[in-house]
Amino acid sequence: MNVIDRRLNPQGKSLANRQRFLKRAKEQIVKAVRDASAKRNIQDIEGGDKIAIPTGGVREPSFHHADRGGIRDYVVPGNKDYTEGTTIPRPQGGGGGRGSEGSADGEGDDDFRFVLSKDEFLDIFFDDLELPDLIKKRLRDTASVSPVRAGYARQGSPSSLAVVRTMRNSLSRRIALKRPRPQDIEALEQEIDAVMRGDEDPERLDTLRQQLALLVTRSQRIPFIDPIDVRYNRFEMVPQPVTQAVMFCLMDVSGSMTEHMKDLAKRFFMLLYLFLKRRYRHVEVVFIRHTHQAREVDEQTFFFSTETGGTVVSTALVEMQRIASERFDVDKWNIYAAQASDGDNTTSDNIHALNLLERDILPLCQYYSYIEVAAEYEDGFGRETELWRTYKRLAKSSLPLAMRRVRNRSEIFPVFRDLFSTQKVAG
Amino acid sequence: MADTLTANEPLYTGADWDFDKIKRVYDAIEQIAVGEMKLEIYRNQIEVITAEQMLDAYSSIGMPLMYKHWSFGKHFARDELLYRKGLRGLAYEIVINSSPCISYIMEENTMTMQTLVLAHAAFGHNHFFKNNHLFQQWTDARGILDYLDFAKSYVSSCEERYGFAAVERVLDAAHALMNHGVHRYPRKRPLDLRDELKRDRERQAYEEQIYNDLWRTVPRKDEKGTLAAVALADRKKLLALPEENILYFLEKRSPKLQPWQREILRIVRKISQYFYPQKQTKLMNEGCATFVHYKILNRMHEKGQIEDGHFLEFLHSHTGVVFQPDFDDPRFSGINPYALGFAMMQDIERIATDPTDEDRAWFPDIAGNGEPMATLRTAWSQYRDESFVLQFLSPALIRKLKLFKVKNDAAESHLLVEAIHDDRGYKQIRSALARQYDLAYTEPDIQVVDVNLAGDRKLILQHNVINGIPLDESNCKQVMRLIANLWGYEVKLIEVDARTGATLREHSDIAPTAPV
Repeated sequence: MNVIDRRLNPQGKSLANRQRFLKRAKEQIVKAVRDASAKRNIQDIEGGDKIAIPTGGVREPSFHHADRGGIRDYVVPGNKDYTEGTTIPRPQGGGGGRGSEGSADGEGDDDFRFVLSKDEFLDIFFDDLELPDLIKKRLRDTASVSPVRAGYARQGSPSSLAVVRTMRNSLSRRIALKRPRPQDIEALEQEIDAVMRGDEDPERLDTLRQQLALLVTRSQRIPFIDPIDVRYNRFEMVPQPVTQAVMFCLMDVSGSMTEHMKDLAKRFFMLLYLFLKRRYRHVEVVFIRHTHQAREVDEQTFFFSTETGGTVVSTALVEMQRIASERFDVDKWNIYAAQASDGDNTTSDNIHALNLLERDILPLCQYYSYIEVAAEYEDGFGRETELWRTYKRLAKSSLPLAMRRVRNRSEIFPVFRDLFSTQKVAG
Repeated sequence: MADTLTANEPLYTGADWDFDKIKRVYDAIEQIAVGEMKLEIYRNQIEVITAEQMLDAYSSIGMPLMYKHWSFGKHFARDELLYRKGLRGLAYEIVINSSPCISYIMEENTMTMQTLVLAHAAFGHNHFFKNNHLFQQWTDARGILDYLDFAKSYVSSCEERYGFAAVERVLDAAHALMNHGVHRYPRKRPLDLRDELKRDRERQAYEEQIYNDLWRTVPRKDEKGTLAAVALADRKKLLALPEENILYFLEKRSPKLQPWQREILRIVRKISQYFYPQKQTKLMNEGCATFVHYKILNRMHEKGQIEDGHFLEFLHSHTGVVFQPDFDDPRFSGINPYALGFAMMQDIERIATDPTDEDRAWFPDIAGNGEPMATLRTAWSQYRDESFVLQFLSPALIRKLKLFKVKNDAAESHLLVEAIHDDRGYKQIRSALARQYDLAYTEPDIQVVDVNLAGDRKLILQHNVINGIPLDESNCKQVMRLIANLWGYEVKLIEVDARTGATLREHSDIAPTAPV
């Protein structure tokens, strides 16, 4: 008999089969993922999910008998009070005494349920999305790493020998094993010399010589540095957050923005955040809200606190520019900005905002997206808003600006896809 | 028995297992199984695996290596979900009919469970695999792992050469026909898969070289100048019809398949054939293994090799395994093969050692012969589920389980109890239960009966309907489409009453949509 431990064999033997299955069911899975992400809170998305898909594309048909029809005999255990000739009303479903028996592989025509891992879920979620100019800046998938000291190791390359630690170990070992110090031996030798020169007691000379021999042997036996003393500096490779991005969320919070509009904007921001999080190791988010004046706030305030005032878009742009120049060096950060607004702006500010955007903001940004949110049932799309008309003048050029209108929640995802799709964005 | 009771120390204490304990326990079991029970086994190979690896093995129909296909991934996904949600436990073990006999045991098992599993799989199933005539006749335990290795690399080399999609289409269709890829009647010599593989390749090459009327493209004219329809008898002779092994027929006769596609059909067919004995002996196989582990563990306890506490743990899981809910219990889902198999084997033991007059009347051959193990060994080697029930189900057991027979006639408004556990009913119940284990009744009998050679090459299948039970409609359509894709031309299915020969229904012809 052999006992073999297979536990350490490579895991994930069925991974290839799983990928084939996902590919096979791709169409249904993508649809299920889209439905799931449309219905639920965006924040929950990052956790993977249980997905149910219709069995259609992944059914494994085979010839087998129909559930009903014909004459069938069953032999079953546990007779209580039936006698020969008893008639029993047909149970619902017509199974005839074994109605609960499922089909051979334990599934009926119901949906097929299984768990998608977080990565699989998001991969499908972001399917064929590509950020423009992705290769720009330090946006490499392979993050750079740098060594960081992390204690000592018994093994290592000679160049990383930790001399002090090694010597300390050596010293304590030498003390513990009572290795004679060189000066002790020297002293003894001198004494022997003295005794010899003095030509005194030969007995004492013998003792001293014996002592010397003992010390010498001992110092030869116990090495000065033993391999067990040797220590090396240990380094751990720590990824450097060079692939980092900052996302500016700009939102108009003046009275004309309804809860519905804010909700739309929030969803867009979150999707963008999720997306950036996937591309960059480190993502910072800056929330700037504005009325006729702009302020950097935290997330709670950004979405939930109300404020009144006029609407001057350029204030937000100025604030953003200030923060970017103070905290986010263009060489080290990928800057993304998303602005949400209902399109209102003080007319006199339009030209100012336009200039700011064109000259100062857009050159900083990898991408600047403008989302115009509208009320759910209002037919406001016939007429272009102030801000829309202003920004449209820039969208025609090759600047990294994208603009979209969104009216209800289910439109967010398509708009998002549009904005970052591989095809060139059109205003 | 008192003389064999020696003051043995327990072989292990505590719940944790390690490799030394397993070796000790294995040796003790071997002593009992081989020495006292006279079991014959293949050399054992025990492999310890994790839960994830167990799921892996599940999804590839229990085999340690398998070619790649999405359906295995699908099963894995579902099993994983059920397991993670705690809806379903995993089997404690999987055992493979190979030589050496490989048993997978899970690392989570306690030492007592490992003992149970070793006795159950490494000795019970192992003995059954080695001795049952179906396995001897149909499977090549020595060659199966090599064959699967070949199958795996062959399929992946096809994928490289012809693309995933093309291979997947063939496999999809072949899987749908897996139950119809079995030769039911044995040939003269046991199969050696490797030799046969070589021989059949040569034969295939030869057949492709020679003339085959099916591939004729020029219409033949007889003397009068009309198109001659080849007579049905001739067609049957030409194509070796009727043929119930549909996969075999397609592999050999389909006009459009490439050689590699035929080889893939062949692989699926071989694997299906390999599992055919297991489908026919589930009751006996599990019954045998359960009986063996029960005997061995009791004996070990008797010898003092297992402590009382551990023995209780064993009894607890054994009782769970052989639990049979009544028909009106919500947990009822058919007859538990472990329960019935175990009960029948215990019953045989009782009949052999301590028979009643009734038993003597019903089983004159074995009643009171005093050799329960020899009787059981004979039964294990010479029967399959259906014949085993028909031969050995005793009135005593029918009474104990309170079996009764119900007739469900779709034409009637009520179900009818036809037989219960009384003198009039025993034989009826016995034969009806035996039939429940007969694949000829539980799987539809579908055969290739004709091919239209002169015209559109339509393939004609016939379902021999027994007791008026029809085929499942939607599945039927899909499978026919897959057959059409393999065949390359239209497929027709006729359902014919097996007794009267009357045509019950004709399914509409299905044309190939995406020929492989």
